[in-house]
Amino acid sequence: MNDKPLPETLLPLEVDGVSFRHRGQTLLDDVSLRLGHSGKTVIMGPNGAGKSLLMRLCHGLLSPSAGSIRWADGKAASDPDVRGRQAMVFQRPVLLRRSALSNIRYPLALRGMRRQQRTQRALDALRHFGLAELADRPARVLSGGEQQRLALARAWALQPRILFLDEPTSALDPAATKAVEDAVRAFHAKGTRIVMNTHDLGQARRLADDVLFLCRGRVLEHTPAGRFFDTPSTPEAAAFIRGELVW
Amino acid sequence: MVDGNPFAKALELILGLDQVLVGIVTLSLQVSLTAVLTAALLGLPIGAAVALYRFPGRALVVTVLNALMGLPPVVAGLAVYLLLSRAGPLGSWGLLFTPTAMVIAQTMLVFPIIAALSRQVVEDLWEEYREQLQSLGASRLRAIPTLLWDARFSLLTGVLAGFGRASAEVGAVLIVGGNIDGVTRVMTTAIALETSKGNLPLALGLGIVLLFLVAMVNATAFLIGEGAKRRLG
Repeated sequence: MNDKPLPETLLPLEVDGVSFRHRGQTLLDDVSLRLGHSGKTVIMGPNGAGKSLLMRLCHGLLSPSAGSIRWADGKAASDPDVRGRQAMVFQRPVLLRRSALSNIRYPLALRGMRRQQRTQRALDALRHFGLAELADRPARVLSGGEQQRLALARAWALQPRILFLDEPTSALDPAATKAVEDAVRAFHAKGTRIVMNTHDLGQARRLADDVLFLCRGRVLEHTPAGRFFDTPSTPEAAAFIRGELVW
Repeated sequence: MVDGNPFAKALELILGLDQVLVGIVTLSLQVSLTAVLTAALLGLPIGAAVALYRFPGRALVVTVLNALMGLPPVVAGLAVYLLLSRAGPLGSWGLLFTPTAMVIAQTMLVFPIIAALSRQVVEDLWEEYREQLQSLGASRLRAIPTLLWDARFSLLTGVLAGFGRASAEVGAVLIVGGNIDGVTRVMTTAIALETSKGNLPLALGLGIVLLFLVAMVNATAFLIGEGAKRRLG
């Protein structure tokens, strides 16, 4: 695999005064944050806080109603150079009705990679996630854990500079969850910037370098993980960590 | 005109590969298969494009496509007749009362079925795939072949339904083909004619072949759908 580091032209990500309204409801309200060059950011917060929404806005799947999302050198989210260097793993991976191997080759083809190189890169990614024997199996008949690992392998093959994960383990059993967490660490070790949503406090403690706490569409805290869990500065975050209902 | 049991005679025609019968069946298959292929090549991508793109008048297009699924074959035949008749806009092509005219008429009948189904199936699939495909970097245009391929088994059922409609209709091919012996006579028009003439063995023989073909098409559609669900999830 090509491990040559790419020149830093993507991060930091600057989110400035972003709001998102849908059908007259304000789902995100004046959100500002900065994601630096490295680390694992975990977004936490109760249901409906806007965690997935914020991630989709950063990834460029949605456009904000107000405010701006800028990558390095002021590049917009719609810039093809920016889009091509991100990947996202969803809660429920969408795999195409073709083999596991072809599922990884597909986005490489979209990026214009040559056929032979595609197959090589895809096989490497499958091997890295322990899926090499399943290369020719139809992706849709794999187990839930295998499907999520395949989605991670697909993201791996894209060699993204930043990886978004939207509650990647919420539908998985403990063994599959551990595999995902190991994968997140592997991405991080390779220098990939991690942004992840989770409901799982234990998982957040295990993985987070810094925590972004959202509640009712607003950012209440963005602090290093240690400080967030030990001395949260808002009563909402304190209640959330204690496992109480927050709304 | 005919003596003996018409059923026995009909089976004799089929099993003996009667030349007239074989000629009619062959032409029927040629016309209907060509029409279905043409309708699929046009209808699948057009239906998918309507599913993925938002444009003014889209609701009207969807409504018209759905309504045209029930287009009466005689009306389709009449429309093609008016287009191709000597005085019509395409009269100079000299296509009226040829198999090509029959292909055009049947394509008109089958296209709405395939396009409307493609629109529906691809739109549902897009709902599921949209974020993931966008995330992977696929444009809407690039997503069309991907979605059609992933919906291939549902779409095949629609294409086979289109073949069922084409091979079973009589009104359109009768009007634009003229039921000319040895030139434009297909199974359905021949059955109508031979029955009215009292030539029951040939009519029955053709009827049996037609039934058999339609049953085969339906069985194929069912088996492909079931097999795909089991193998590919």
